[in-house]
Amino acid sequence: MRNYENVIYAYIIMLLLIICVGLFQSWSIALTILNYCLISAVMTIGANIQWGYAGLINFGIMGYTALGGLAVVLVSVDPVKKAWQVGGLNILGSIWIIVAIVFITRFILKRFEKSLIRNYSIAFLIIAGVILIRVTATPGIEAIESVDPAVSGFLGGMGLPVLMSWIMGAFLAGALAFIVGKIALGLRADYLAIATLLIAEIIVSIIKHEEWLARGVKNVIGLKRPAPYEVELQKTQWFRDFIEKIYSNKLELINTIAQKKIILNQLIIDASSIFVKLCFTSLFLSVVIILLIVTQKALYSPWGRKMRAIRDNEEAASAMGKNIVKEHLFIFILGSAIVGLAGAMMVTNDGLFTPGSYRPMRYTFVIWVMVIVGGTGNNFGAILGGFVVWFLWVEAAPISLFLIDLFTAHLPETNMIRSHLVESAPYFRFLLIGIGLLLIMRYRPQGIIPEKIIKQ
Amino acid sequence: MDFLNAIIVLFNFTVIPALAYGSQLALGAIFVTLIYAVLRFANFATGDMMSFGTMFAVILTYYFQSLGFGLGFLPTALLTIPFAILMMILYMLIIDKFVFSYYRIKKSPPVQFAMVSVGVMFVTQALIRIIIGPSDRRFLDGEKFIIKATEFKEMTGLAEGITLKSTQAITIIVTLVVVSIMFWFLNRTKTGTSMRAYSDNEDLALLSGIDPKRVVLITWVIAGILATIGGVLYGLDKSYRPFVYFNNMLPIFAAAIVGGIGNPYGAFFGGYVIAFAEILLTYSYKKFVAYLLPSSMEPNSLMQLLSTDYKFVVSFSILVIVLLIRPSGIFKGKTI
Repeated sequence: MRNYENVIYAYIIMLLLIICVGLFQSWSIALTILNYCLISAVMTIGANIQWGYAGLINFGIMGYTALGGLAVVLVSVDPVKKAWQVGGLNILGSIWIIVAIVFITRFILKRFEKSLIRNYSIAFLIIAGVILIRVTATPGIEAIESVDPAVSGFLGGMGLPVLMSWIMGAFLAGALAFIVGKIALGLRADYLAIATLLIAEIIVSIIKHEEWLARGVKNVIGLKRPAPYEVELQKTQWFRDFIEKIYSNKLELINTIAQKKIILNQLIIDASSIFVKLCFTSLFLSVVIILLIVTQKALYSPWGRKMRAIRDNEEAASAMGKNIVKEHLFIFILGSAIVGLAGAMMVTNDGLFTPGSYRPMRYTFVIWVMVIVGGTGNNFGAILGGFVVWFLWVEAAPISLFLIDLFTAHLPETNMIRSHLVESAPYFRFLLIGIGLLLIMRYRPQGIIPEKIIKQ
Repeated sequence: MDFLNAIIVLFNFTVIPALAYGSQLALGAIFVTLIYAVLRFANFATGDMMSFGTMFAVILTYYFQSLGFGLGFLPTALLTIPFAILMMILYMLIIDKFVFSYYRIKKSPPVQFAMVSVGVMFVTQALIRIIIGPSDRRFLDGEKFIIKATEFKEMTGLAEGITLKSTQAITIIVTLVVVSIMFWFLNRTKTGTSMRAYSDNEDLALLSGIDPKRVVLITWVIAGILATIGGVLYGLDKSYRPFVYFNNMLPIFAAAIVGGIGNPYGAFFGGYVIAFAEILLTYSYKKFVAYLLPSSMEPNSLMQLLSTDYKFVVSFSILVIVLLIRPSGIFKGKTI
């Protein structure tokens, strides 16, 4: 147990911090932070599998997160029948054209020797294909987007339960990772970072601008939930009774019945939002725990040893007969699929899909900071990193406001420096995260909880 | 006449903007490539460093305007560039001293450098937002146009006009001057040669008595000049917004890699390749084709290959294609 002492301490401190938020700000905020911490933890598990286990640098986390979010829309939203009628065929037709182009290109690449004619013919094929796709898809897209543009204007999804979309999100992200891996995994580390960063940007900009797919920047709101809605919960009898029972001591102190009723209603409204958040928390927590058990088992299995061997010395591992290309591709897909799952979880938690909000700062670099800070190659560390960094990310603004107030207390309210600093308080989070990352990289490069190799 | 009109349409809407945008990208790409060649890492703080330099130019421009200084028909920002460059170089040297030099001495792997530069990116972004705020700022003053479309039409009697914004002309001229001085410096002077030697083979360069500290210092100085000028030119042409500068890092990386990373000529060329590809592929050729074809065959679609929303996607796709077919770039850069 001694080995795990500092891990347990670190987690207890983290939990206490979140409880502090609950006590000083509100329980609702604390639970929101906790939920996001758990989602971040899933993302860091994914990134840690790639970076910590195999040494693959993937700056494309944003793309997989967005794809996971897209999966929620594609799976859980009810299909828009009218849109399918007016433009479904065109879309399906263009998808078939894309598939055909890919297969013909592959065929040409396999069949013919490398030559200038081959290159030109492939280029011609792709350009002709793009024009053909535009010709077939444009009328369909226009028709779809003009179906109730204010509320739908897209094809909708499959109308399945939302939890199915988590699996779908992982699957979509994995599929993308397969393609990206095939293209980019042979590159040197920093090239891989740039390539994945740019590919993620391509994915997000496609999701943003193809409105027939998921309404693009117009956002999809009111997604299904795996938890009850607050409004309905407030009407259910057992929940009302339950709250009344909990707060019975407090309510007895109030004399008039009318006032009692008003206060009870307020309590029920507060409690319902907390209850819903707790439902999400338990769902997310179970995902994190399952992933943690599986990844921990995998890390200390022969497979995990193989991955570490490849990470630490590719040539030696290759000499031992391990297929490095295949293993890298596999682990790239696995990690990305977990990130996709996290993306789906996040959109489910928010209840809305906003492609415009996917920015590399928030969804790639912050996740990377989490992995580095927490401890690469150690799942407990990665999860802790997710918790710590997300907590700082959210709480940096209030903390910096407090500090600014403290240090500029002697200045008058209208002082220019003071008001300017107060205005820019939200940006101190970047400073905090950046300096934190630099300090960790310099003085504790293995992270808060370093990797432990158990010798068997 | 119709043929001439068609050419002028194409020139006005694609060639001029692409040349200006390409110059801005080229300056950034040379900055990336220099850091990569001499200091050996991919600098993820590129966009924000350019933004940092531009921020000083913006602040100084406002200050000079309040004092009443100006360059007449030229933008005041040109006057502030030298001061902004000094501040930028100072910042870069401080960052290098406290952050990068430690890893350089330790000979850390490039991945670690890249992660450290992500940390620098966060800090720089925070500083910019704390100092100047995230909002959109225009700091262009002086004459806006060199040639106006209406004047051009009157002069030549053609149906189509050419508009040349002064920022576009300034961008192209300043870029050509700066880049030629830099290439002259790299190829003809002793310091430039020692830099190239250090980049080619560090051990051999050290053996022949080249002072690594000096090389690193000069690299940061050149990088500071390029970053600030590139940033200010972009800001003059469009507007200054920190978030946009961060995003610009991506096409700049694409330009550097397409040209062959580590090769300044390649980066210069790559900037224009990316800019022309972005603009030519997303331009609507309707007007151009209408002039060339007889009026009965006038196209009714926009004749646009990709919608303008996909501007960035074009450059990134080019990068992916280059990485697939010729990973060392168009001009042979460092091997990957």
